[in-house]
Amino acid sequence: MFKLERVPAPVWFRTLIPVLAIVTTFVVTSILVLAADANPLQAYYYFLIGPLSNRVSALETLVKGTPLLLTGIAVTIAFAAGYWNIGAEGQLYAGAIAAAWVGPLLGDFPPVLAIIIMLSGGFLAGMLWALIPALLKVKLAVDEVVTTLLMNSVMIFIVSYLLNGPWRDPVSGWPQSPQISTNAMLPKLVQGSRLHFGFIVALVMIGVVWFILSRTPLGLRMRATGMRQEAARFMGVNTSRIMLNAALISGGIAGLAGVSEIGGIHFHLIDAISPGYGYSGIIIATLGGLHPIGVGLAALFIGLIDTGAQSVSRALGVPVYLGNVVQGTLLLVTLGMFLLQNYRIIRVK
Amino acid sequence: MFAVQMKGITKRFGPLVANDHVDFELEQGEVHALLGENGAGKTTLMRILYGLYHVDEGEILINGEAVHMTSPKDAIARGIGMVSQHFTLVQPFTVAENVVLGYNPGMTLNPMAIQKLVKDASEHFGLDVKPEALVRHLSVGECQRVEVLKALYRNASVLIMDEPTAVLVPQEVDVLFETLERLRKEGLSVIFISHKLNEVMTISDRITVLRDGKKIGTVNQQDTSEGELARMMVGRETFGVFRDEEAPCSSIPVLNIENLSAVDKKGMVALKDVCLQVCEGEVLGIAGVSGNGQSELGRVLTGMLKSTQGKIILGDQEISGYDPVQLVEAGIGRIPEDRQSGLVGELSVAENFALENLGDYVKNGMLDKKQIREKADQLIQEFQIKAQPTDHCRSLSGGNMQKVILARVLSRQPRLVVASQPTRGLDVGATEYVRKRLLEERARGAAVLLISEDLEEVIALSDRIAVMYEGRIVGTFSARDTTREQLGLMMAGAQ
Repeated sequence: MFKLERVPAPVWFRTLIPVLAIVTTFVVTSILVLAADANPLQAYYYFLIGPLSNRVSALETLVKGTPLLLTGIAVTIAFAAGYWNIGAEGQLYAGAIAAAWVGPLLGDFPPVLAIIIMLSGGFLAGMLWALIPALLKVKLAVDEVVTTLLMNSVMIFIVSYLLNGPWRDPVSGWPQSPQISTNAMLPKLVQGSRLHFGFIVALVMIGVVWFILSRTPLGLRMRATGMRQEAARFMGVNTSRIMLNAALISGGIAGLAGVSEIGGIHFHLIDAISPGYGYSGIIIATLGGLHPIGVGLAALFIGLIDTGAQSVSRALGVPVYLGNVVQGTLLLVTLGMFLLQNYRIIRVK
Repeated sequence: MFAVQMKGITKRFGPLVANDHVDFELEQGEVHALLGENGAGKTTLMRILYGLYHVDEGEILINGEAVHMTSPKDAIARGIGMVSQHFTLVQPFTVAENVVLGYNPGMTLNPMAIQKLVKDASEHFGLDVKPEALVRHLSVGECQRVEVLKALYRNASVLIMDEPTAVLVPQEVDVLFETLERLRKEGLSVIFISHKLNEVMTISDRITVLRDGKKIGTVNQQDTSEGELARMMVGRETFGVFRDEEAPCSSIPVLNIENLSAVDKKGMVALKDVCLQVCEGEVLGIAGVSGNGQSELGRVLTGMLKSTQGKIILGDQEISGYDPVQLVEAGIGRIPEDRQSGLVGELSVAENFALENLGDYVKNGMLDKKQIREKADQLIQEFQIKAQPTDHCRSLSGGNMQKVILARVLSRQPRLVVASQPTRGLDVGATEYVRKRLLEERARGAAVLLISEDLEEVIALSDRIAVMYEGRIVGTFSARDTTREQLGLMMAGAQ
């Protein structure tokens, strides 16, 4: 029989945790690869090395990583303050709606201004959508995990209504909004690639959140609230206001993810702009240990897995869903590894 | 043959050696006290015997037979029962259901039948409990009786009691001791964990003293004295901090509490018409048994609970309804009842110093890391805290955590110090330090409101003592004119 005993792990083990988690995940998911009649080593070559082996697909990894960086860092700032925002998906769509709404109206503005207006609009829309559950939380103590999650479903229906109602393309009849003005399109960063200005926005947001959390009084108050609300309150922190702030910043950043996808990739709203980036953000924030640098690396890694899943699928015929399985397994394994930071397994005879 | 024999028990938690080659022998039918300070390894040793922890080295013999126990289930099967400090009763269940839980023969549960069984058992062991009563309606003393009955019902022949008197009023302690004495005569062997010398001398046949995880010795009750035990326990005579009787107490009131009432988390009235006054250079001690409103009084005065009625006046400023920030600015130093909720364990020592007065540590809208660091260095030195500014508070010992709070509070030279349970769970050295610091505040001219469940502490430090019972102040005495017994009676609600 085995038991867990509370003993802090040595420092060298802590640094090894991400590596161990990744190795374990691949060993576990190899079973599924074998079940799909493929060679696991080959599969993981296509998974991890394949996307990085040429310039185009390496840049595509960063394209995939852009919304993940934004939702990951959005979730991070909320979680750091102890506000469990599960609603980044809905907030992303709120930002996307705002972008799709103002984007076509910006033809008369110079590009710099148009882009700033669109980004601000998306940020505000994400904040607004996050405000409802946040107020319910701080005023009425309604559990935000439930409300933010349910708000995602509401948002899906709003998007569906807009696309099938007022915004339906009058000519083709497709459920897609009018295209945004070319002045509002986010500039490309590299010729011949889809990598766009949204990636820079994402990196800036990582920096901003890092700065807020580690260098400002607001950040210290957020961390105190997230780690021990009662003690923070005792030391004079207005924990309700801090959580409200965190929720709004989080929603705003998630909204930027929506703007980035509309302005940099799709140029109009369709109902499938996010294959669950908001939910992946939760995984990324957790994998990154709620530290902005870690979150950045985790987002890029998940982006790699998403791209890799497609190349495995093309090369070996393994279903593309393997990518989701790897993500899920990685989360579970990492959570297990975090437990081992503070416990060790002992054998009881 | 010994009922229990533990040989060379060693237990490590990471770098900490909780038990270091400890030998312990329990004879049949004796009450054997396990004496030691907090953290001496008493509870660890008994958790090993009860199968909750596993030894790294050493051997356990029960009735002469070497045993290997992996869980409490094994221990219970070998006749060992344990009543821990925190009761393990299911609140919404009846007494009878709690007693038979996990020990019910067959698949069905017949309320009448188990009540009968428990009634018989309670009469057989002379433990007065009502089998049909719900546990959540019971007093602490009654809960403890249910715990004892539960152990005996499982045929325990060895009963481990972990600091059973910590939660009881003096009168309930007497009842407990009578019960243990009677059970002992009927052949029960008892291990009594305590750090209170007088209790140990009253109840035990033999006493084993632990210090820093090591066994210091085992002595017969007849051959020893409280003084000797204290020396064995701490390596010196016990607490040397008392207030200076001679210091004159001014009569300038700093804190005036008028008809204060408040309700607790469950909406029950916890404070009723409390009136108190604390003067400059005075320690006012609040004595009372746990759960009689002291906790709520502390929470109201630290801004963590809103009062429903009454006034709090500091100097000539009314401060009722102030939040923690306003209270600190008004000049109140707040030491919380629970250290863990006065510090954020995952933040560094320096950050915990800064957080309460964060406005002082901001430059250009950013945290002034240099100033935070310098202040931390200064306070760590001044208050002899064994920590680095960057250490997480969680990794500190209880004594050092309390020093962090003291340093944060006292460095601002408050007019009034509200100290709730300031030495609870601390070892002798840290306790002395905290008490000394509080008396220094008194000497400086601050008013000190000391809320403590440790009657010895209240008597040792206070100029005046107010006793709380069921949310009311039932009497205020000058410390000189009262006795321990008188206070004990009032704490238990006697008129």
